[in-house]
Amino acid sequence: MNRAEKEAYLREYEVLKKKGKPFFPYAVAKDSAMALIVVLVIVLMSLILGTEQGPKADPTTTTFVPRPDWYFFFLFELLRIIKPYQLVPIATIGVPTICMVLLISLPFFDRGPERRPERRPVASSAGCLTIIAMAFLTYVGASAGPPTEIDLATKPELEAGKNVVLSSGCLGCHVIGDNGNHGPGPELTEIGVRRSAAAIERSLRVGPDLMPSYSNLDADQFDDLVAYVSSLRGEDEEATNGE
Amino acid sequence: MAEPETSSRFLKLLPGPLRRPGTPQNGTGNLIDSAKEAPADLLGWVDERTGGSSQMTAMLFRKVPKGTNWFYTLGSATLFAFIAQALTGVFLAMYYTPSATQAYESIVHLTQDVFLGEFVRGMHLWGASVMVILVFLHMARTFFFGAYKYPRELQWVIGVVLLILTMTMAFTGYLLRFDQRAFWATVVGTNINGTGPLVGPFLSDFLRGGAEFGPTTLPRFYAIHMLLVPGAIIAMIGAHLKLVMTLGTTAPPWLRADEASKARDLRTEKVTTSLNGGSSDAEEVNEV
Repeated sequence: MNRAEKEAYLREYEVLKKKGKPFFPYAVAKDSAMALIVVLVIVLMSLILGTEQGPKADPTTTTFVPRPDWYFFFLFELLRIIKPYQLVPIATIGVPTICMVLLISLPFFDRGPERRPERRPVASSAGCLTIIAMAFLTYVGASAGPPTEIDLATKPELEAGKNVVLSSGCLGCHVIGDNGNHGPGPELTEIGVRRSAAAIERSLRVGPDLMPSYSNLDADQFDDLVAYVSSLRGEDEEATNGE
Repeated sequence: MAEPETSSRFLKLLPGPLRRPGTPQNGTGNLIDSAKEAPADLLGWVDERTGGSSQMTAMLFRKVPKGTNWFYTLGSATLFAFIAQALTGVFLAMYYTPSATQAYESIVHLTQDVFLGEFVRGMHLWGASVMVILVFLHMARTFFFGAYKYPRELQWVIGVVLLILTMTMAFTGYLLRFDQRAFWATVVGTNINGTGPLVGPFLSDFLRGGAEFGPTTLPRFYAIHMLLVPGAIIAMIGAHLKLVMTLGTTAPPWLRADEASKARDLRTEKVTTSLNGGSSDAEEVNEV
């Protein structure tokens, strides 16, 4: 906005303000009604939906679904969409940071005098797209859950390790065969081909990048887990091994 | 016009000739009469020292622009949601123990044994969702109405800071219930912070209180959740509201000053024609 546009706006605003009504009681009445609605909604939600409390946090048993509260679903789903696993930091930090910088600096790059949404097609469509994208990601995040089965054939001596995988929520972030979620972690179906057992063990102990460390598991469980994960060598071979 | 008003502003604050407390006024030394006057006297005393009443008047009777509608209540609704969170949070803090060994049990005790404990905890839990939704609705209104434009750019920046602070509250509050889901989600969440460039590892170390999720982590989240961030939010809300007072709220973008007067003229015209006996118009008015 140049100087003339600024002055025109301020003049117009002055006129509209003069024609307006006093804050008290007109706006105060609406605000109070709204405040009442807000409190009523919160009270009703509390009475009807109650509270939730899962089992106590326990670093040694990882029977968990690593899912955030619903307001972070869109960020969490973003992790799954950005596939190459090396790009995870871009999804986790890059995209939110860029969004925040864009959001904060919005009034400094969008400086046109026009305020009506239908006459700001770029801004309005960008806003609508953002809302749709966030709503969609939140919906997908809300409906995603980890499966409780692994369909891959498993040798009997590895069953214990498979159960540790199932109870530790690995499938919340990894795919094994046809089961699990695509991301944020890499697919594990053929991890035994790509990584040595020692490397897998180190990863499970340290918890690289986003992954939590599993070093708090019982020594037996941990060994079972390493044995199972490093045995994963793809579907066909696994099936023949199982026979 | 403004000049003499400001210079005499402080003189106007003086409530007539000053008198000592307890001195009978106008000779009628009636106790009941002076008791009746006490509230006014007290207000006058405070006003003389703060100038509060003129500020109150300026705040309450300032004009809000024509066309201000229900969309403009979203900001104050967010404020009320925050106040509700603050109040219920105080009551939760009375029973909560921010230690890794006792946090879970203290919540179970609060939920099961304390009078209205579950109700207040539910209000805090769902109030968080309501507040996040209201923040986003308020921001959407500001965005689509172009209300972030001159002269309200700073107002928008403060608003985005408040959005980030609200999300920080949501993130830190999640761990405090200390059940499995919240615990492991927060482990992943702090790991995510750790993948950031440069400051990432320091930030996640600061949040965890070390390289690992340990006994110091929960008290940290507790302190951040109920001291650091709320303080920052209150300060930012103060600045946000101060700017509302200074700049005023926007009018809906569709409203033009000349169109507004035109619309009003049009309406009066319609009423006059209907009064003059146009039958169809008269019906319309009746329906309305």
